Amino acid sequence: MRPALRLSRAAAPVAAVLLATAVAACAPAEDEPEQSGKSASADECAVADLPLVKKGVLTIGTDSPAYEPWFVDDDPANGKGFESAVAYALADELGFSKDQVSWVTVPFNNSYKPGKKDFDFDINQISVNPEREKAVDFSDGYYSAAQAVIVLKDSPAAEATSLADLAKFKIGAQTGTTSLTAVRDVIKPEQEPLVFQNTNNAKQAMLNGQVDAIVADLPTAFYISAAEIENSVLLGQFQYDGGEPEEFGLLFEQGNELLPCVNGAIASLKENGTLADLQQKWLSDVVSVPELQ
Amino acid sequence: MSGSTADWQPSERELARRRTRSRQRRHGVVVASIATVVVIGALGAALVLSPGWPRVRATFLDLHHAKESLPSILDGFWLNVRMFLIAEPIILVLGLALALARQATSAWLVPLRGLAVLYTDVVRGVPTLLLVFLFVFGMPALGLAGIPNSIFFWATVALVVSYSAYVAEVFRSGIESVHPSQLASAEALALSRAQTMRHVVVPQAVRRVVPPLLNDFVSLQKDTALVASVGLFDALFAAADYGNFNFNFTPYVVAALFFIAMTVPLARLCDVLARRLARRERAGAL
Repeated sequence: MRPALRLSRAAAPVAAVLLATAVAACAPAEDEPEQSGKSASADECAVADLPLVKKGVLTIGTDSPAYEPWFVDDDPANGKGFESAVAYALADELGFSKDQVSWVTVPFNNSYKPGKKDFDFDINQISVNPEREKAVDFSDGYYSAAQAVIVLKDSPAAEATSLADLAKFKIGAQTGTTSLTAVRDVIKPEQEPLVFQNTNNAKQAMLNGQVDAIVADLPTAFYISAAEIENSVLLGQFQYDGGEPEEFGLLFEQGNELLPCVNGAIASLKENGTLADLQQKWLSDVVSVPELQ
Repeated sequence: MSGSTADWQPSERELARRRTRSRQRRHGVVVASIATVVVIGALGAALVLSPGWPRVRATFLDLHHAKESLPSILDGFWLNVRMFLIAEPIILVLGLALALARQATSAWLVPLRGLAVLYTDVVRGVPTLLLVFLFVFGMPALGLAGIPNSIFFWATVALVVSYSAYVAEVFRSGIESVHPSQLASAEALALSRAQTMRHVVVPQAVRRVVPPLLNDFVSLQKDTALVASVGLFDALFAAADYGNFNFNFTPYVVAALFFIAMTVPLARLCDVLARRLARRERAGAL
């Protein structure tokens, strides 16, 4: 019997417990008041008082590549494209100059992971839905999107005149989007829909003949068909009837106290017509697309 | 020694030895149990008491989301299983063929040997995911007549190409581990090179590489999830798709459980076989 050895043996589990409690003690404490829907007026939102990720700078996230017509030339910082323009208009409304805005790349499926975010808000054509509201906070909507169907001019799918006609074709949409949910719930195709990681893969699949029709939000669909896929047309647009019209919102970390100020800024951009002007400027082409029933 | 062993009694000293041994065994069991309980308990407590635990539970372990996503993950998993079952036999045959090509000694077969060496080197140097991308997006784009453009087909081809190179190396190491005396004996029996390979070397080699082969199987089963990145709706993509729409990671955990259920039994079997092989090779001499 060697007492010293026995002591050190007994110490191991004790050390394990201590280590575990230390790890637990290091973890950040959490509290998250519900922010969605709150709005604050401009005089409550001085730049100096705003809770920002980086002091004195508005840090905005978006995915890469950044697609047209939301961004132009894959560069969110040039102020071109609807979402880039909206971001800078919001920054201006909040009191940031153009060079006080910094952009970070946030892949879509990283934007909603729990924990600290490295952006103040994320602007990436993200649809607001109640299930998502449990994980993050959304601003009020800045755009209402309809769904649209892209087909190749010479394909049998181009003959379709209603959503019901489309059910017998192979239809594709992007993962995690309202468009995909619309395909499943509204069109209800006979074959499993083809699900894409991003728009580029969708385009490639259509060119390869692996899919007959692609569903996307109207501005995206309009751009893809006009600039990306030769011989393709927009068959028409439809509203995904999930109750409310689909709205894009800015994504915030849950409980972020910047949200009411941004909502206030969105409200004043709506009031003074800036939002409508930007829509007119960057998304104007999309109004003439026929409605599909 | 005289007399029968029936009236043999263990000596007092032997009995004392036995008592000491069983006391030590009991003591060991008690200490091991306490240590296990304490460590597992501490880990569990650290997990459950951490401030982020409610958030983690809501994001990764939500029963409602698990139930909701289960059907589509199950469908997706069936695709993983099909892909694995199709690819595995082809990989075995192709891998063995490559290994034999590298062992060929005839002068006529030198180009074949060179090709086999080049193939295994190049293919093992390229990440499997990259191969999947190249085959799935590249091959249909060639537009050659008669080439299928199914994503499933090309993704399976990519896995077969990648893994046949690994399996070829496993077979080759098995072939090279067969003792030279076996070859010498075969030669003494006037067996040709082909007969030696067929009847003497390969059977021993295959038996020897079963554990590492099974290891590669397990690895392949998991790597079928790589096809999620090219838009095949497998278990992983089904989970990701649900998660992307609902902003919840629970489906990933569900998908992980499916893969664990598939690979763990095989991994255990792998260990059992390896142990059995070790016992046989050592012939009881430990």
